[in-house]
Amino acid sequence: MNLTLKIWRQKDSSAKGQMVGYKVSDISEHMSFLEMMDVLNEQLVAEGEEPVAFDHDCREGICGMCSMYINGEAHGPDRGITTCQLHMRMFKDGDTITIEPFRAAAFPVIKDLVVDRSAFDRIQHAGGYISVNTSGNTQDANAIPISKHAADEAMDAATCIGCGACVATCKNSSAMLFVGAKVSQYALLPQGQVEAADRVKNMVAQMDLEGFGNCTNTGACEVECPKGISLDNIARMNRELMKASI
Amino acid sequence: MSGFFKSSIGRKVAMALSAFFLMFFLLQHLAINITSVFSADLFNEISHFMGTNPLVQFALQPVLVFAVVFHFVMGFVLELKNKKANGVSYAKNNGGANSSWVSRNMIYSGLVVLAFIVLHFIDFWIPEINTKYIVGDMSGMHDGEYRYFHELVEKFHSPLRVGAYVVSFVLLGLHLAHGFTSAFQSVGSSAGRKKTLQTIGKAYSILVPLGFVIVALYHHLNPHH
Amino acid sequence: MALDSKVPEGSLKDKWTDYKNKINLVNPANKRHIDVIVVGTGLAGGSAAATLAELGYNVKAFAYQDSPRRAHSIAAQGGINAAKNYQGDGDSTYRLFYDTVKGGDYRSREANVYRLAEVSANIIDQCVAQGVPFARDYGGLLDNRSFGGVLVSRTFYAKGQTGQQLLLGAYSAMNRQIARGKIEMFNRHEMLDVVIVDGKARGIIARNLVTGEIERHSAHAVVVGSGGYGNVYFLSTNAMGSNVTAAWKIHKKGAYFANPCYTQIHPTCIPRSGDYQSKLTLMSESLRNDGRIWVPKNIDDVLAIREGKKKPTDLSEDERDYYLERRYPAFGNLVPRDVASRAAKERCDAGYGVNATGEAVYLDFAAAIERYGKEQAKIQGIDNPSKGKITELGEKIVEAKYGNLFQMYEKIVDQDPYKTPMMIYPAVHYTMGGVWVDYNLMTTVPGLYCIGEANFSDHGANRLGASALMQGLADGYFVLPYTIGDYLADDIRTGKIPTDTKEFDEAEKSVKDQIEFFTTNNGTKTVDYFHKKLGKVMWDKCGMSRNEKGLKEAIKEIKEIREEFWKDVKVPGGANEMNPELEKAGRVADFLELGELFAKDALVREESAGGHFREEYQTEEGEAKRMKEFQFVSAWEYVGEPSEAKLHKEKLVYENIEVKERSYK
Repeated sequence: MNLTLKIWRQKDSSAKGQMVGYKVSDISEHMSFLEMMDVLNEQLVAEGEEPVAFDHDCREGICGMCSMYINGEAHGPDRGITTCQLHMRMFKDGDTITIEPFRAAAFPVIKDLVVDRSAFDRIQHAGGYISVNTSGNTQDANAIPISKHAADEAMDAATCIGCGACVATCKNSSAMLFVGAKVSQYALLPQGQVEAADRVKNMVAQMDLEGFGNCTNTGACEVECPKGISLDNIARMNRELMKASI
Repeated sequence: MSGFFKSSIGRKVAMALSAFFLMFFLLQHLAINITSVFSADLFNEISHFMGTNPLVQFALQPVLVFAVVFHFVMGFVLELKNKKANGVSYAKNNGGANSSWVSRNMIYSGLVVLAFIVLHFIDFWIPEINTKYIVGDMSGMHDGEYRYFHELVEKFHSPLRVGAYVVSFVLLGLHLAHGFTSAFQSVGSSAGRKKTLQTIGKAYSILVPLGFVIVALYHHLNPHH
Repeated sequence: MALDSKVPEGSLKDKWTDYKNKINLVNPANKRHIDVIVVGTGLAGGSAAATLAELGYNVKAFAYQDSPRRAHSIAAQGGINAAKNYQGDGDSTYRLFYDTVKGGDYRSREANVYRLAEVSANIIDQCVAQGVPFARDYGGLLDNRSFGGVLVSRTFYAKGQTGQQLLLGAYSAMNRQIARGKIEMFNRHEMLDVVIVDGKARGIIARNLVTGEIERHSAHAVVVGSGGYGNVYFLSTNAMGSNVTAAWKIHKKGAYFANPCYTQIHPTCIPRSGDYQSKLTLMSESLRNDGRIWVPKNIDDVLAIREGKKKPTDLSEDERDYYLERRYPAFGNLVPRDVASRAAKERCDAGYGVNATGEAVYLDFAAAIERYGKEQAKIQGIDNPSKGKITELGEKIVEAKYGNLFQMYEKIVDQDPYKTPMMIYPAVHYTMGGVWVDYNLMTTVPGLYCIGEANFSDHGANRLGASALMQGLADGYFVLPYTIGDYLADDIRTGKIPTDTKEFDEAEKSVKDQIEFFTTNNGTKTVDYFHKKLGKVMWDKCGMSRNEKGLKEAIKEIKEIREEFWKDVKVPGGANEMNPELEKAGRVADFLELGELFAKDALVREESAGGHFREEYQTEEGEAKRMKEFQFVSAWEYVGEPSEAKLHKEKLVYENIEVKERSYK
């Protein structure tokens, strides 16, 4: 198929960016979206132009690196996938596809479609861990039974890949789904209880400091999340913070 | 605790708490309004009680005013903060793909409701305050009978006003359609109650505004009652 | 230099304990004067960085991704082995050791493997304490699954995302240390050279991938945990950025490179669909627990399927060849990876491949769905269940076990694997070879360590499923933090290593010169053009089976590609900015040298062992034929041209295990 692409180009973080149009042809419907981008880049290099910079790594939907806003949706029109898992069969011959970086004041553009998501790391530094040293003498893994239900729920929260689609898609650029998922994972496990109050307070404080917006419960993040992280995690975080503050 | 209300989540919770109060207020307001359809006397009596009872007047009324003002001011503040958090806007954004229009436009439905409340204040509340506390007439009487019912019916004469009233309540309904469950989500209601709350929320956001509209239309269509 | 593995004396099961009791320790007050650089933040690098920082060393950690959480360890699906024997099925440290050595075709170092098995149980304890949500049974205790090549259930897992959960565990441990200021994290940085001062590794040269700035970083020791080199094939299940650069640069500065030809080709990957393909996707090996692998018996059916005239579900049981069950009745579909991969290749080479490219076999869940369905009907007390009901019940169980994998397959291939068999084909997945290290995980350069997949590792010639995560975490959490102390104990009075020395000047200059060349070379061909060309030679001649003629050709062809690359490569953009093409150019330059050494190693190893299959050395039934005289590690010393590298042999001695013919029949 033949496609028209409109892509955000921006030289570096201080430059002013703009949408630029490109044409690609003979795209197979079996290609992944990023393979289509590879075709474009090979074409650009051959023409002596600079290729489009975009983040990507594992290309199997787990590293959380890829981050494109395609036709007005984080990771494009399909559900339960990252950009790298989006396939061209979702598009039709002759389509115009708009490709932008994930947008938020807390995610400044580094170049073209590459954004800086280090704010997520800093939130994790604030409390996204359980304080246990590596010793080889921690208690036996089966010493504390954990109900299958709690373990499964913790796993569902822990499955977050930190891609930032929740922030990109939120009309308020709120990071609460991301933070809620981590707070929930530890809140659901006995190992996380000791530091629970400080953890939620510190992580929320850091989230606010980074300049993410407030959640208004539109639920868009849950829909666009490639891993289907549930809004319930935000409710749980709200509860945890209230508990910790009272 | 003061730190809590400065955090983003604390603000959400504060919004939710003011919303709960306002939703409770709406319910009781509707209940009183409905009595006007069945019995002018009952309506007059309750109105007089609410209008003169010191507890209602000097405890609940200030809380109500505070809740209304707070809910709106905070709504605006959050909207502005959230806009700032956005940074550059998208060239193409397909919000409809992942969220409802009402959830994304609470500020607009809220603004319409605010405009309505201003009108409502001018229509009812300011004359009330004027009569009771400036003129100093606490009797609630006019020409030898309670004035409340009479005033109510009179206000619904104008088709223009009734039209504005109906439009405002449709917008209120939309505001509630998202706001009801959203408030519960903000205070951390657990996943198990989600379904029930959604059902109640749907019922509330349809029935309450509908009730107000029916009362208005009833009096509009029965002007000599 | 003679190779000294530094394996301590004593009986196998006491070696590690006795050794730990005797090695030098660094006093806590002194640790804060010692800096350690860790390159790579996957399971090995991340766990090492966190643990070293917990101990009190100042750690500088480097990752080319934007966060340690993105390292490719995250993509490991199936699980992690540990000799916990929670299932009471006869597992033990010795049995895990035995299975690993046997699975590796008797090409690994006994003492290392035993130590790995020993600390495996600690890993599970540690991860649970960190909040890793492993799968549990209804009693609240940890669940296990079985994996190919072994007879016990010792694999711990977190859905199909075990690598992710373990990496996030290590990442959380790192975060705690970053918050304490004990780890300084350098994201979006790539190590481009190691700096050696007076024979010791004392720092690195790194490029800031955002600004393009070339930076000098010094330390008392350097740890490389930069993963494997599977991307030398261009197509592999590795991440796009996975590269050999850090490992290759240290090799060129004196670290020996061992057994590069041992490459694991994973049997259950989604087949290639076209020339545009950028990478291959793995489907967890756990699928083989329930899936049956087959191709049609008759070539007519194969052709009919390829032409779309027949569907796989049209074929009756008699018309199918369940070739693994036929050839290996004892292990069936659960034979080790190398055996399963070669068997698939054998069928496809014979013309029985079931897709358009002729490179695919079926992985069929129909039997499992029926079996689980009947079981469920019985449990739920349904008498005479209909076929539809059985399928419905069975699909539910299969979904609970493999739902995310099935969904992933459907998204990529656009076929429903519940209704029609999956198509799979082997793909390059893991490299057992790597930088040679001694028992302390130190390379042949003092103060330079190598951990995880980047070292030549404990897996010998073939790695068992769910053992990569185990090794990465064992190295990082439980081995390196002890052994490095023994070396650093001599450095407590050294003081900060200055970076304004001639060694740093020289290293920086060579890095800058290479970048300068790339950005100014007026070539005509893209980096990917060369990478794909290299990949094709590697796959065709150094792939699942190799022969002398092909390997000699490969050496020659890779040399030619390399020469052409240095003449005609085209890299757009500048040096002082984010430039992904420039990053790729540097990586491919190193792959082009490694590929040649790879072929040379494969040529010299005149036997078949694990992931290395030489056509000249096979039994009459087509099984791998090991040769007694090759019971050694090939450690290569860099002397200039990769194929002229000097071979050093580390003899492998087996005192606690009988070297046998590896049979899965």
